[in-house]
Amino acid sequence: MGADPSLSGRGLRWFEALTGLEGLLDGGPRTVRVADSRLGEEIARFIAVVADPANRFPRARQGELGLEEAWTLARQLRRTVAEDLGARARAIVAVVDVSSQAYGRREELLGIHLACAAAADAYASARLAGHPIVALLVGKAMSGAFLAHGYQANRILALDSTEVLVHAMSKQAAARVTRRPVEALEQLGERIVPMAYGVRAFARLGLLHGLIEGVNAAAPGADDIERVRRELAAAIDDARAGARDLAARLTSPAARETRAASIAVRRRLTEQWDAP
Amino acid sequence: MSTAAPHERLLTRHSFIELPARERARAILDADSFRELLGPFDRLKSPWLPLQGIVAQSDDGVVIARGRIGGRPAVVAAIEGAFQGGSIGEVSGAKVAGALELALRDCERGHPVLPVLLLETGGVRLQEANLGLAAIAEIHSAIVALRRRVPVVAVVAGMVGCFGGMSLAAALCSTLIVTRQARLGMNGPEVIEQEAGITELDSTDHALIWSLVGGEQRYATGLADALVDDDAEAIAAQVRSVVEGVAAPRSEQVECYLERLAHIDPANPPEPRALRALWAREDPDGR
Amino acid sequence: MEVFNFTYRARQPVARRVHVGVVGSGDLEVLLEPSVDQHAHVAVTTSVDGFEAVWKIVLDRFFSRFAGAATIEINDFGATPGVVMLRLEQAVEALRT
Repeated sequence: MGADPSLSGRGLRWFEALTGLEGLLDGGPRTVRVADSRLGEEIARFIAVVADPANRFPRARQGELGLEEAWTLARQLRRTVAEDLGARARAIVAVVDVSSQAYGRREELLGIHLACAAAADAYASARLAGHPIVALLVGKAMSGAFLAHGYQANRILALDSTEVLVHAMSKQAAARVTRRPVEALEQLGERIVPMAYGVRAFARLGLLHGLIEGVNAAAPGADDIERVRRELAAAIDDARAGARDLAARLTSPAARETRAASIAVRRRLTEQWDAP
Repeated sequence: MSTAAPHERLLTRHSFIELPARERARAILDADSFRELLGPFDRLKSPWLPLQGIVAQSDDGVVIARGRIGGRPAVVAAIEGAFQGGSIGEVSGAKVAGALELALRDCERGHPVLPVLLLETGGVRLQEANLGLAAIAEIHSAIVALRRRVPVVAVVAGMVGCFGGMSLAAALCSTLIVTRQARLGMNGPEVIEQEAGITELDSTDHALIWSLVGGEQRYATGLADALVDDDAEAIAAQVRSVVEGVAAPRSEQVECYLERLAHIDPANPPEPRALRALWAREDPDGR
Repeated sequence: MEVFNFTYRARQPVARRVHVGVVGSGDLEVLLEPSVDQHAHVAVTTSVDGFEAVWKIVLDRFFSRFAGAATIEINDFGATPGVVMLRLEQAVEALRT
């Protein structure tokens, strides 16, 4: 089958580069790839969601996170937790390049919201069980797909590349919903940081553990791969040493500036929590 | 659920849907126990809306109230659907996440607090895009952690419904209560039409949309736990009836749903009616 | 979006604070609380531009009957003058109860 130019192959490329494996699961689907690979001093479990133009669900053929992708993520994560019960909890690396959740009539009927919740639940549960989880953004990290695959990680790393995009909705859909032309949305993103799509703007929100600069994100060489592996290993060590919740996302200098309101809400809520 | 005869129910019914968020929270909590946190006079508004020429609301569309439910300490987070479609921005999202985080803190200290979410939301507020999405991830995280300590209850009453990332939040809760006027889905019909085309879904076909994501369908296919009339007392009573030790959350039932999906032919998917038979509730109560 | 400020002379103090309404389509919220001086201060933020004169007429009429030394914040999302007056009267009513 010829490569569909509309499909981003970055997720698969980085998954294979970091693990040296295809990661195909027995019994499929071909869209969820899982493999164990050495990272620093330990073996980490890598998980990616990739495009399959022959996906049996037609609305999940372009790298979207569909029903089977989301439930399979949940299964693989829960198996990882079960396998490590009573032993050292393995590090988990989510390789993120997901264009969106699957948009479709079947998907809504069959509960795509629950499927994505199950994946988010499984990531959060693995984190609470002590698995250090690092999300590595190599391409798109969009909307509900990112909520289900990556956003529950202890630490988020991203490649500094113009094609690494983070947002709540695709530009076309956002333009239609807000009744603005795409160009106007892009201009707005330059002024309103959380409205921007690019990863450099996202870094200013203080949610990233690190932005990995100077790496060829589209066609990584051996040095690039080695560099990213070192960053992943360091982020895993940092996650193991830190709390199991997401509080670290509010502590960076960038978060203190851009997410000042998020911090103020929590501070004042704590003050008022117990009756005076 | 009320057992009164239909005509009596109608006469004594007080619509929950017609209540604004603050009054909804009051209706859920025991009489006279309502105490609002970060209320309008605290003026924690969206810092992002005025920058885009949009009028902010003094509570950013979320009411956080402490009080008691059936005599037990509780916290209610109620989203105001009339303000910006109940959308989750930085402040409104932080209010919900923060309330859940404090409930978790108290639970961990041995002082259980029952959390109740009253969800009326289209999901992320696009004017605050990535900060809304981040807050929703924090809400998900807090629900998963809290759910192990205490039942987390969500109510989707209508008319906005519950969509986007917040539909995941609803699905993560221990107990999900809906009315017939509720809609629960991940992607709004307009967005599906935009992304997948009108042959996939005609967003003006309201009957079709209700048949897919309406409260009755969600309850009949086991994707919600209780179907309640639009009556403030009936909904409050349903919330009070939620006790410890509810069944394993739906989002943990991974093998069950993968098995169900394996039996679905995407080229010939079941109609909504047929799915009610395929995914029938195990506890039919005749409704 | 526009912001206006108005000041009116007041005769009696306001005892407490009151909140009514929602910044929803065709509606507004009113935050009314005791003023720091013997005047009423009104700050209007409205989504609809170009109606300052209409706001003044509505508020003049309201303050011809209400003499409370209140600081009033109005956040408006396109309410008609009738709805504005209704919400202000609701706030005054809530002050009394």
